[in-house]
Amino acid sequence: MDSVVLIYKGIYILAIFGISLLIATYSTYFERKIAAFIQDRVGPNRAGPMGLLQPLADAGKLFFKEEFIPAKANKVLFILGPGIAMLVAAMTSAVIPFGDTLILGETSFDLIAIDVNIGILYIFGVVSLGVYGLMIGGWASNNKFSLLGAIRAASQNISYELAMGLSLIAVLMLSGSLSLKVIAEQQTGFNWNIWYQPLGFLIFLICAFAETNRTPFDLPESEAELIGGYHTEYSSMKLGMYLFAEYINIFVVSAVMATLYFGAYNFPFMENLRNAFDDPVLGNNVVTIIGVGVMFAKIFAFIFFFMWVRWTLPRFRYDQLMKLGWNILIPLAILNILLTGGGILLYEYFTKG
Amino acid sequence: MEPLSNRRKNVTQKEMTLSERMYLPAIAQGLGITIKHFFKKKATINYPEETRQRSDVWRGLHVLKRDENGAERCTACGLCAVACPAEAITMTAGERKKGEEHLYREEKYAVTYEVNMLRCIFCGLCEEACPKAAIFLQDDKLAPARYEREEFIYGKDRLVEPLKTTETK
Repeated sequence: MDSVVLIYKGIYILAIFGISLLIATYSTYFERKIAAFIQDRVGPNRAGPMGLLQPLADAGKLFFKEEFIPAKANKVLFILGPGIAMLVAAMTSAVIPFGDTLILGETSFDLIAIDVNIGILYIFGVVSLGVYGLMIGGWASNNKFSLLGAIRAASQNISYELAMGLSLIAVLMLSGSLSLKVIAEQQTGFNWNIWYQPLGFLIFLICAFAETNRTPFDLPESEAELIGGYHTEYSSMKLGMYLFAEYINIFVVSAVMATLYFGAYNFPFMENLRNAFDDPVLGNNVVTIIGVGVMFAKIFAFIFFFMWVRWTLPRFRYDQLMKLGWNILIPLAILNILLTGGGILLYEYFTKG
Repeated sequence: MEPLSNRRKNVTQKEMTLSERMYLPAIAQGLGITIKHFFKKKATINYPEETRQRSDVWRGLHVLKRDENGAERCTACGLCAVACPAEAITMTAGERKKGEEHLYREEKYAVTYEVNMLRCIFCGLCEEACPKAAIFLQDDKLAPARYEREEFIYGKDRLVEPLKTTETK
Protein backbone atom coordinates (compact mmCIF):
# COMPACT_ATOMS: atom_id res chain seq x y z
CA MET A 1 0.00 0.00 0.00
CA ASP A 2 1.67 3.20 -1.09
CA SER A 3 1.44 6.46 0.78
CA VAL A 4 -1.13 8.04 -1.57
CA VAL A 5 -3.62 5.28 -0.85
CA LEU A 6 -2.84 5.47 2.85
CA ILE A 7 -3.45 9.22 3.00
CA TYR A 8 -6.58 8.83 0.89
CA LYS A 9 -7.94 6.14 3.21
CA GLY A 10 -7.24 8.29 6.23
CA ILE A 11 -9.09 11.24 4.73
CA TYR A 12 -11.92 9.02 3.57
CA ILE A 13 -12.37 7.42 7.00
CA LEU A 14 -12.39 10.84 8.65
CA ALA A 15 -14.94 12.06 6.10
CA ILE A 16 -17.23 9.09 6.64
CA PHE A 17 -16.91 9.50 10.41
CA GLY A 18 -17.76 13.18 10.08
CA ILE A 19 -20.68 12.48 7.77
CA SER A 20 -22.16 9.87 10.06
CA LEU A 21 -21.86 12.25 13.03
CA LEU A 22 -23.43 15.05 11.00
CA ILE A 23 -26.29 12.84 9.87
CA ALA A 24 -26.85 11.64 13.42
CA THR A 25 -26.91 15.26 14.63
CA TYR A 26 -29.40 16.32 12.04
CA SER A 27 -31.47 13.17 12.53
CA THR A 28 -32.47 14.60 15.91
CA TYR A 29 -33.67 17.75 14.16
CA PHE A 30 -35.51 15.88 11.44
CA GLU A 31 -37.01 13.48 13.97
CA ARG A 32 -38.62 16.43 15.74
CA LYS A 33 -39.57 18.11 12.50
CA ILE A 34 -41.17 14.97 11.02
CA ALA A 35 -42.93 14.22 14.28
CA ALA A 36 -44.32 17.72 14.25
CA PHE A 37 -45.41 17.54 10.62
CA ILE A 38 -47.18 14.24 11.14
CA GLN A 39 -48.96 15.73 14.15
CA ASP A 40 -49.98 18.86 12.17
CA ARG A 41 -47.48 21.09 13.96
CA VAL A 42 -44.50 22.99 12.55
CA GLY A 43 -41.79 21.76 14.92
CA PRO A 44 -38.63 23.57 16.03
CA ASN A 45 -38.31 26.82 14.05
CA ARG A 46 -36.70 29.33 16.39
CA ALA A 47 -32.97 28.51 16.34
CA GLY A 48 -31.69 29.76 13.02
CA PRO A 49 -33.61 29.69 9.74
CA MET A 50 -36.29 27.01 9.95
CA GLY A 51 -34.72 25.90 13.23
CA LEU A 52 -31.70 24.47 11.43
CA LEU A 53 -29.37 25.37 14.33
CA GLN A 54 -31.52 23.41 16.78
CA PRO A 55 -29.07 20.45 16.99
CA LEU A 56 -26.29 22.85 18.02
CA ALA A 57 -28.53 24.37 20.67
CA ASP A 58 -29.46 20.89 21.92
CA ALA A 59 -25.83 19.79 22.08
CA GLY A 60 -24.91 22.99 23.90
CA LYS A 61 -27.69 22.38 26.39
CA LEU A 62 -26.57 18.79 26.97
CA PHE A 63 -22.96 19.89 27.57
CA PHE A 64 -23.98 22.43 30.21
CA LYS A 65 -26.28 20.10 32.13
CA GLU A 66 -25.24 18.59 35.42
CA GLU A 67 -23.02 15.55 35.04
CA PHE A 68 -24.82 13.29 37.49
CA ILE A 69 -23.56 9.92 38.72
CA PRO A 70 -25.77 8.12 41.26
CA ALA A 71 -24.10 7.42 44.61
CA LYS A 72 -24.64 3.66 44.45
CA ALA A 73 -23.66 3.36 40.79
CA ASN A 74 -20.55 1.59 39.58
CA LYS A 75 -18.63 4.63 38.38
CA VAL A 76 -16.28 2.95 35.91
CA LEU A 77 -19.02 1.00 34.16
CA PHE A 78 -21.39 3.94 34.34
CA ILE A 79 -18.99 6.03 32.29
CA LEU A 80 -17.97 3.11 30.08
CA GLY A 81 -21.56 2.34 28.96
CA PRO A 82 -22.26 5.33 26.71
CA GLY A 83 -18.66 5.23 25.51
CA ILE A 84 -19.05 1.67 24.23
CA ALA A 85 -22.41 2.47 22.66
CA MET A 86 -20.89 5.41 20.81
CA LEU A 87 -17.68 3.64 19.78
CA VAL A 88 -19.47 0.62 18.41
CA ALA A 89 -21.98 2.71 16.52
CA ALA A 90 -19.24 4.78 14.90
CA MET A 91 -17.20 1.69 13.90
CA THR A 92 -19.84 0.05 11.74
CA SER A 93 -19.82 2.44 8.81
CA ALA A 94 -16.25 1.39 7.87
CA VAL A 95 -17.19 -1.41 5.46
CA ILE A 96 -20.16 0.18 3.71
CA PRO A 97 -19.54 1.10 0.06
CA PHE A 98 -20.86 4.62 -0.39
CA GLY A 99 -19.86 4.70 -4.03
CA ASP A 100 -18.07 2.97 -6.88
CA THR A 101 -14.50 3.81 -7.93
CA LEU A 102 -13.36 7.32 -8.65
CA ILE A 103 -10.53 7.60 -11.22
CA LEU A 104 -8.23 10.61 -10.79
CA GLY A 105 -5.24 10.62 -13.12
CA GLU A 106 -3.40 7.31 -12.82
CA THR A 107 -4.90 6.02 -9.59
CA SER A 108 -8.41 4.82 -8.91
CA PHE A 109 -10.00 5.33 -5.52
CA ASP A 110 -12.58 2.95 -4.09
CA LEU A 111 -15.24 4.85 -2.19
CA ILE A 112 -15.19 2.39 0.69
CA ALA A 113 -13.15 2.71 3.84
CA ILE A 114 -12.07 -0.90 4.30
CA ASP A 115 -12.91 -3.48 1.67
CA VAL A 116 -12.82 -6.63 3.78
CA ASN A 117 -14.21 -9.77 2.19
CA ILE A 118 -16.38 -10.48 5.24
CA GLY A 119 -17.93 -7.00 5.37
CA ILE A 120 -21.43 -7.99 6.35
CA LEU A 121 -20.11 -10.36 9.01
CA TYR A 122 -18.05 -7.48 10.43
CA ILE A 123 -21.16 -5.32 10.63
CA PHE A 124 -23.09 -8.03 12.40
CA GLY A 125 -20.28 -8.65 14.82
CA VAL A 126 -19.84 -5.00 15.70
CA VAL A 127 -23.56 -4.23 15.88
CA SER A 128 -24.15 -7.09 18.27
CA LEU A 129 -21.47 -5.59 20.52
CA GLY A 130 -23.66 -2.49 20.69
CA VAL A 131 -25.95 -4.15 23.18
CA TYR A 132 -23.05 -4.19 25.67
CA GLY A 133 -23.25 -0.43 25.84
CA LEU A 134 -26.91 -0.57 26.87
CA MET A 135 -26.36 -3.58 29.12
CA ILE A 136 -23.41 -2.07 30.99
CA GLY A 137 -25.12 1.30 31.31
CA GLY A 138 -28.31 -0.24 32.65
CA TRP A 139 -26.45 -2.49 35.07
CA ALA A 140 -24.10 0.20 36.36
CA SER A 141 -26.97 2.60 37.10
CA ASN A 142 -27.98 0.32 39.99
CA ASN A 143 -31.62 1.06 39.41
CA LYS A 144 -34.53 -1.30 38.87
CA PHE A 145 -35.87 0.51 35.84
CA SER A 146 -32.49 0.77 34.19
CA LEU A 147 -31.81 -2.90 34.80
CA LEU A 148 -35.19 -3.87 33.37
CA GLY A 149 -34.48 -1.78 30.31
CA ALA A 150 -31.06 -3.34 29.89
CA ILE A 151 -32.49 -6.86 30.21
CA ARG A 152 -35.09 -6.05 27.60
CA ALA A 153 -32.48 -4.58 25.30
CA ALA A 154 -30.28 -7.66 25.58
CA SER A 155 -33.03 -10.22 25.06
CA GLN A 156 -34.60 -8.27 22.23
CA ASN A 157 -31.33 -7.81 20.36
CA ILE A 158 -30.42 -11.48 20.70
CA SER A 159 -33.86 -12.62 19.53
CA TYR A 160 -33.98 -10.39 16.50
CA GLU A 161 -30.38 -10.86 15.47
CA LEU A 162 -31.22 -14.49 14.73
CA ALA A 163 -34.03 -13.66 12.33
CA MET A 164 -31.92 -10.89 10.82
CA GLY A 165 -29.03 -13.24 10.17
CA LEU A 166 -31.32 -15.89 8.70
CA SER A 167 -32.97 -13.41 6.33
CA LEU A 168 -29.51 -12.28 5.32
CA ILE A 169 -28.44 -15.82 4.40
CA ALA A 170 -30.88 -15.77 1.48
CA VAL A 171 -29.15 -12.67 0.10
CA LEU A 172 -25.76 -14.29 0.56
CA MET A 173 -27.01 -17.35 -1.34
CA LEU A 174 -27.77 -15.07 -4.27
CA SER A 175 -24.55 -13.09 -4.11
CA GLY A 176 -22.16 -15.84 -3.08
CA SER A 177 -20.03 -13.30 -1.24
CA LEU A 178 -19.91 -11.66 2.17
CA SER A 179 -18.23 -8.55 0.86
CA LEU A 180 -20.59 -5.60 0.72
CA LYS A 181 -18.67 -4.22 -2.26
CA VAL A 182 -19.28 -7.40 -4.27
CA ILE A 183 -22.93 -7.47 -3.25
CA ALA A 184 -23.28 -3.85 -4.37
CA GLU A 185 -21.53 -4.49 -7.68
CA GLN A 186 -23.83 -7.39 -8.49
CA GLN A 187 -26.89 -5.16 -8.38
CA THR A 188 -25.96 -2.97 -11.35
CA GLY A 189 -28.65 -0.84 -12.92
CA PHE A 190 -32.06 -1.82 -11.72
CA ASN A 191 -31.13 -5.41 -10.89
CA TRP A 192 -31.70 -4.88 -7.18
CA ASN A 193 -31.98 -7.67 -4.63
CA ILE A 194 -35.36 -6.46 -3.46
CA TRP A 195 -36.95 -7.99 -6.59
CA TYR A 196 -35.64 -11.42 -5.59
CA GLN A 197 -35.95 -11.06 -1.84
CA PRO A 198 -39.15 -9.17 -0.92
CA LEU A 199 -39.90 -11.43 2.03
CA GLY A 200 -36.28 -11.39 3.15
CA PHE A 201 -36.26 -7.61 2.99
CA LEU A 202 -39.43 -7.39 5.06
CA ILE A 203 -37.94 -9.60 7.76
CA PHE A 204 -34.67 -7.66 7.64
CA LEU A 205 -36.54 -4.37 7.92
CA ILE A 206 -38.54 -5.48 10.95
CA CYS A 207 -35.39 -6.80 12.61
CA ALA A 208 -33.57 -3.57 11.79
CA PHE A 209 -36.23 -1.70 13.72
CA ALA A 210 -35.74 -4.04 16.65
CA GLU A 211 -31.93 -3.83 16.47
CA THR A 212 -31.91 -0.06 16.60
CA ASN A 213 -34.46 0.01 19.46
CA ARG A 214 -36.88 2.09 17.43
CA THR A 215 -40.64 2.18 17.83
CA PRO A 216 -42.51 -0.18 17.71
CA PHE A 217 -39.64 -2.08 19.35
CA ASP A 218 -38.39 0.62 21.73
CA LEU A 219 -39.12 -1.41 24.83
CA PRO A 220 -35.65 -0.93 26.35
CA GLU A 221 -36.23 2.79 26.68
CA SER A 222 -40.00 2.91 26.95
CA GLU A 223 -40.57 6.18 28.75
CA ALA A 224 -44.06 5.28 29.90
CA GLU A 225 -43.20 2.11 31.80
CA LEU A 226 -39.48 2.38 32.48
CA ILE A 227 -38.91 6.14 32.70
CA GLY A 228 -36.35 5.95 29.92
CA GLY A 229 -35.11 2.40 30.56
CA TYR A 230 -31.35 1.95 30.52
CA HIS A 231 -30.68 5.71 30.37
CA THR A 232 -32.94 6.68 33.28
CA GLU A 233 -29.99 7.72 35.44
CA TYR A 234 -27.99 9.38 32.70
CA SER A 235 -27.77 13.09 32.21
CA SER A 236 -25.71 15.61 30.30
CA MET A 237 -23.58 14.43 27.38
CA LYS A 238 -23.57 10.80 28.56
CA LEU A 239 -27.27 10.74 27.76
CA GLY A 240 -26.43 12.59 24.57
CA MET A 241 -23.99 9.82 23.63
CA TYR A 242 -26.69 7.18 24.00
CA LEU A 243 -29.12 9.14 21.86
CA PHE A 244 -26.38 9.88 19.36
CA ALA A 245 -25.40 6.22 19.14
CA GLU A 246 -29.00 5.34 18.41
CA TYR A 247 -29.13 7.75 15.48
CA ILE A 248 -25.78 6.57 14.11
CA ASN A 249 -27.12 3.03 14.30
CA ILE A 250 -30.16 4.07 12.30
CA PHE A 251 -27.88 5.62 9.70
CA VAL A 252 -25.73 2.50 9.48
CA VAL A 253 -28.65 0.10 9.34
CA SER A 254 -30.24 2.24 6.62
CA ALA A 255 -26.99 2.10 4.68
CA VAL A 256 -26.83 -1.68 5.10
CA MET A 257 -30.41 -2.11 3.91
CA ALA A 258 -29.77 0.15 0.94
CA THR A 259 -26.65 -1.87 0.09
CA LEU A 260 -28.12 -5.31 0.55
CA TYR A 261 -31.55 -4.86 -0.98
CA PHE A 262 -31.77 -1.56 -2.84
CA GLY A 263 -28.68 -1.73 -5.00
CA ALA A 264 -26.41 0.58 -2.99
CA TYR A 265 -25.07 3.23 -5.39
CA ASN A 266 -26.65 1.65 -8.47
CA PHE A 267 -29.44 3.42 -10.26
CA PRO A 268 -31.46 2.60 -13.39
CA PHE A 269 -29.88 3.38 -16.79
CA MET A 270 -26.46 3.96 -15.24
CA GLU A 271 -24.80 1.95 -18.05
CA ASN A 272 -26.46 4.10 -20.72
CA LEU A 273 -25.23 7.20 -18.93
CA ARG A 274 -21.72 5.77 -18.66
CA ASN A 275 -21.63 4.97 -22.38
CA ALA A 276 -23.01 8.38 -23.32
CA PHE A 277 -19.62 9.93 -22.54
CA ASP A 278 -16.82 9.57 -25.08
CA ASP A 279 -14.17 9.58 -22.39
CA PRO A 280 -14.61 6.39 -20.32
CA VAL A 281 -12.83 7.93 -17.32
CA LEU A 282 -15.15 10.93 -17.30
CA GLY A 283 -18.20 8.70 -17.76
CA ASN A 284 -17.08 6.51 -14.88
CA ASN A 285 -16.52 9.49 -12.60
CA VAL A 286 -19.87 11.09 -13.42
CA VAL A 287 -21.70 7.83 -12.78
CA THR A 288 -19.79 7.35 -9.52
CA ILE A 289 -20.61 10.82 -8.25
CA ILE A 290 -24.30 10.44 -9.12
CA GLY A 291 -24.11 7.01 -7.50
CA VAL A 292 -22.90 8.51 -4.21
CA GLY A 293 -25.86 10.89 -4.33
CA VAL A 294 -28.21 7.99 -5.06
CA MET A 295 -26.77 5.99 -2.16
CA PHE A 296 -27.33 8.86 0.25
CA ALA A 297 -30.82 9.45 -1.15
CA LYS A 298 -31.65 5.81 -0.40
CA ILE A 299 -30.19 6.12 3.10
CA PHE A 300 -32.20 9.27 3.79
CA ALA A 301 -35.34 7.59 2.48
CA PHE A 302 -34.82 4.76 4.97
CA ILE A 303 -34.11 7.19 7.82
CA PHE A 304 -37.33 8.98 6.93
CA PHE A 305 -39.15 5.66 6.95
CA PHE A 306 -37.79 4.90 10.41
CA MET A 307 -39.17 8.20 11.71
CA TRP A 308 -42.42 7.83 9.82
CA VAL A 309 -43.04 4.44 11.44
CA ARG A 310 -42.11 5.81 14.84
CA TRP A 311 -44.96 8.30 14.70
CA THR A 312 -47.42 5.77 13.33
CA LEU A 313 -47.17 2.59 15.36
CA PRO A 314 -47.54 2.12 19.09
CA ARG A 315 -45.12 0.01 21.11
CA PHE A 316 -45.31 -3.78 21.35
CA ARG A 317 -45.99 -5.55 24.59
CA TYR A 318 -43.02 -7.57 25.76
CA ASP A 319 -44.60 -11.00 25.18
CA GLN A 320 -45.87 -9.91 21.76
CA LEU A 321 -42.36 -8.82 20.87
CA MET A 322 -40.90 -12.17 21.81
CA LYS A 323 -43.70 -14.05 20.06
CA LEU A 324 -43.16 -12.07 16.87
CA GLY A 325 -39.44 -12.67 16.94
CA TRP A 326 -39.32 -16.36 17.76
CA ASN A 327 -42.64 -17.73 16.49
CA ILE A 328 -43.10 -15.75 13.31
CA LEU A 329 -39.95 -14.10 11.98
CA ILE A 330 -37.51 -16.98 12.46
CA PRO A 331 -39.77 -19.60 10.78
CA LEU A 332 -40.48 -17.12 7.99
CA ALA A 333 -36.78 -16.48 7.53
CA ILE A 334 -36.09 -20.23 7.31
CA LEU A 335 -38.94 -20.57 4.79
CA ASN A 336 -37.36 -17.72 2.83
CA ILE A 337 -34.05 -19.58 2.74
CA LEU A 338 -35.82 -22.69 1.42
CA LEU A 339 -37.69 -20.69 -1.22
CA THR A 340 -34.50 -18.94 -2.32
CA GLY A 341 -32.62 -22.23 -2.54
CA GLY A 342 -35.43 -23.78 -4.57
CA GLY A 343 -35.53 -20.73 -6.79
CA ILE A 344 -31.81 -20.84 -7.46
CA LEU A 345 -31.98 -24.55 -8.28
CA LEU A 346 -34.91 -24.04 -10.67
CA TYR A 347 -33.14 -21.12 -12.35
CA GLU A 348 -30.00 -23.14 -12.89
CA TYR A 349 -32.01 -26.14 -14.12
CA PHE A 350 -33.78 -24.08 -16.79
CA THR A 351 -30.89 -21.88 -17.89
CA LYS A 352 -27.93 -24.24 -17.77
CA GLY A 353 -29.73 -27.57 -18.01
CA MET B 1 -84.86 -5.58 29.10
CA GLU B 2 -85.57 -4.42 25.58
CA PRO B 3 -83.72 -1.17 24.92
CA LEU B 4 -85.77 1.84 23.91
CA SER B 5 -83.39 3.30 21.41
CA ASN B 6 -82.72 0.12 19.43
CA ARG B 7 -79.10 1.18 19.21
CA ARG B 8 -77.69 -1.52 21.45
CA LYS B 9 -74.99 -3.55 19.76
CA ASN B 10 -73.96 -7.05 20.63
CA VAL B 11 -70.19 -7.12 20.98
CA THR B 12 -68.54 -10.31 19.84
CA GLN B 13 -64.91 -11.28 19.83
CA LYS B 14 -64.39 -12.63 16.36
CA GLU B 15 -61.36 -14.64 15.41
CA MET B 16 -59.05 -12.51 13.27
CA THR B 17 -58.66 -13.44 9.64
CA LEU B 18 -55.24 -14.22 8.21
CA SER B 19 -54.81 -10.80 6.63
CA GLU B 20 -55.77 -9.19 9.92
CA ARG B 21 -53.27 -11.34 11.79
CA MET B 22 -50.51 -10.36 9.40
CA TYR B 23 -51.03 -6.73 10.52
CA LEU B 24 -49.22 -5.47 7.43
CA PRO B 25 -52.34 -4.14 5.61
CA ALA B 26 -53.33 -2.33 8.77
CA ILE B 27 -49.82 -0.94 9.19
CA ALA B 28 -49.82 0.27 5.59
CA GLN B 29 -53.16 1.94 6.20
CA GLY B 30 -51.79 3.63 9.31
CA LEU B 31 -48.70 4.82 7.43
CA GLY B 32 -51.02 6.25 4.80
CA ILE B 33 -52.91 8.22 7.40
CA THR B 34 -49.77 9.66 8.96
CA ILE B 35 -48.24 10.63 5.61
CA LYS B 36 -51.48 12.39 4.73
CA HIS B 37 -51.09 14.48 7.87
CA PHE B 38 -47.43 15.09 6.98
CA PHE B 39 -48.50 17.11 3.94
CA LYS B 40 -51.53 18.71 5.54
CA LYS B 41 -51.73 22.39 6.38
CA LYS B 42 -50.34 22.94 9.86
CA ALA B 43 -52.58 24.11 12.66
CA THR B 44 -49.83 26.09 14.38
CA ILE B 45 -50.02 29.86 14.70
CA ASN B 46 -46.51 31.32 15.06
CA TYR B 47 -47.57 33.43 17.99
CA PRO B 48 -45.49 36.55 18.31
CA GLU B 49 -45.41 37.00 14.51
CA GLU B 50 -48.98 35.95 13.85
CA THR B 51 -51.92 36.30 16.17
CA ARG B 52 -55.20 34.51 16.11
CA GLN B 53 -58.12 36.57 14.84
CA ARG B 54 -59.94 37.84 17.94
CA SER B 55 -63.63 38.40 18.38
CA ASP B 56 -64.94 41.96 17.92
CA VAL B 57 -66.17 42.02 21.50
CA TRP B 58 -62.87 40.79 22.90
CA ARG B 59 -62.00 42.55 26.14
CA GLY B 60 -58.27 43.18 26.32
CA LEU B 61 -56.08 45.90 27.79
CA HIS B 62 -57.73 49.05 29.14
CA VAL B 63 -57.38 52.44 27.52
CA LEU B 64 -58.35 55.89 28.84
CA LYS B 65 -59.78 57.76 25.90
CA ARG B 66 -59.33 61.40 24.94
CA ASP B 67 -62.02 63.50 23.34
CA GLU B 68 -61.85 64.95 19.83
CA ASN B 69 -59.66 67.87 21.07
CA GLY B 70 -57.19 65.59 22.76
CA ALA B 71 -58.36 66.28 26.32
CA GLU B 72 -58.76 63.39 28.73
CA ARG B 73 -62.37 62.38 29.17
CA CYS B 74 -62.02 60.84 32.62
CA THR B 75 -63.48 62.94 35.40
CA ALA B 76 -62.44 60.70 38.29
CA CYS B 77 -65.99 60.02 39.41
CA GLY B 78 -64.98 56.57 40.68
CA LEU B 79 -67.95 54.71 39.23
CA CYS B 80 -65.60 52.28 37.48
CA ALA B 81 -63.84 51.55 40.75
CA VAL B 82 -67.19 50.96 42.42
CA ALA B 83 -68.36 48.75 39.60
CA CYS B 84 -65.16 46.72 39.52
CA PRO B 85 -65.87 43.30 41.06
CA ALA B 86 -62.16 42.55 41.43
CA GLU B 87 -61.23 45.84 43.10
CA ALA B 88 -58.56 46.44 40.52
CA ILE B 89 -59.06 50.16 39.92
CA THR B 90 -57.89 53.02 42.16
CA MET B 91 -57.64 56.71 41.44
CA THR B 92 -57.13 60.09 43.07
CA ALA B 93 -59.10 63.09 41.89
CA GLY B 94 -57.77 66.60 41.39
CA GLU B 95 -59.13 70.00 40.35
CA ARG B 96 -58.36 71.39 36.96
CA LYS B 97 -56.26 74.60 37.10
CA LYS B 98 -56.64 77.51 34.79
CA GLY B 99 -54.88 76.95 31.50
CA GLU B 100 -55.28 73.19 31.59
CA GLU B 101 -58.52 73.11 29.62
CA HIS B 102 -56.82 71.54 26.67
CA LEU B 103 -55.60 68.67 28.89
CA TYR B 104 -58.73 67.73 30.81
CA ARG B 105 -62.28 68.05 29.55
CA GLU B 106 -64.04 68.36 32.92
CA GLU B 107 -63.18 70.53 35.92
CA LYS B 108 -62.31 67.45 37.94
CA TYR B 109 -59.80 64.97 36.60
CA ALA B 110 -57.85 61.87 37.66
CA VAL B 111 -54.42 62.80 38.98
CA THR B 112 -53.53 59.14 39.25
CA TYR B 113 -55.44 56.24 37.77
CA GLU B 114 -54.19 52.73 38.33
CA VAL B 115 -55.44 49.34 37.15
CA ASN B 116 -53.88 46.26 38.68
CA MET B 117 -53.76 43.81 35.81
CA LEU B 118 -53.22 40.89 38.18
CA ARG B 119 -56.52 41.63 39.90
CA CYS B 120 -58.46 42.62 36.81
CA ILE B 121 -60.72 39.91 35.41
CA PHE B 122 -61.41 41.80 32.17
CA CYS B 123 -65.16 41.65 32.74
CA GLY B 124 -65.79 45.05 31.16
CA LEU B 125 -68.03 46.39 33.96
CA CYS B 126 -65.87 49.54 34.22
CA GLU B 127 -66.57 50.20 30.57
CA GLU B 128 -70.30 49.88 31.22
CA ALA B 129 -70.24 52.00 34.35
CA CYS B 130 -68.34 54.93 32.84
CA PRO B 131 -70.68 57.92 32.26
CA LYS B 132 -68.09 59.83 30.23
CA ALA B 133 -67.17 57.06 27.78
CA ALA B 134 -63.61 57.36 29.05
CA ILE B 135 -62.48 53.80 29.73
CA PHE B 136 -62.61 51.01 27.21
CA LEU B 137 -61.17 47.53 26.89
CA GLN B 138 -59.32 47.25 23.60
CA ASP B 139 -59.85 44.27 21.33
CA ASP B 140 -56.30 44.18 19.95
CA LYS B 141 -54.04 44.47 22.97
CA LEU B 142 -53.25 42.17 25.89
CA ALA B 143 -51.55 42.74 29.21
CA PRO B 144 -48.22 41.02 28.47
CA ALA B 145 -46.33 38.76 30.87
CA ARG B 146 -43.81 40.48 33.12
CA TYR B 147 -41.25 39.52 35.71
CA GLU B 148 -42.29 41.81 38.60
CA ARG B 149 -45.65 42.14 40.28
CA GLU B 150 -45.23 45.92 40.47
CA GLU B 151 -45.05 46.11 36.72
CA PHE B 152 -48.61 44.84 36.45
CA ILE B 153 -49.98 48.00 38.07
CA TYR B 154 -50.70 50.16 35.05
CA GLY B 155 -50.67 53.90 35.74
CA LYS B 156 -51.83 56.73 33.58
CA ASP B 157 -48.58 56.63 31.62
CA ARG B 158 -49.56 53.30 30.14
CA LEU B 159 -53.34 53.67 30.16
CA VAL B 160 -54.07 57.04 28.59
CA GLU B 161 -54.49 56.94 24.84
CA PRO B 162 -51.50 58.59 23.15
CA LEU B 163 -52.14 62.00 21.62
CA LYS B 164 -53.09 61.79 17.99
CA THR B 165 -51.08 64.29 16.04
CA THR B 166 -51.91 65.30 12.52
CA GLU B 167 -48.77 63.57 11.25
CA THR B 168 -49.65 60.15 12.56
CA LYS B 169 -53.33 60.20 11.82
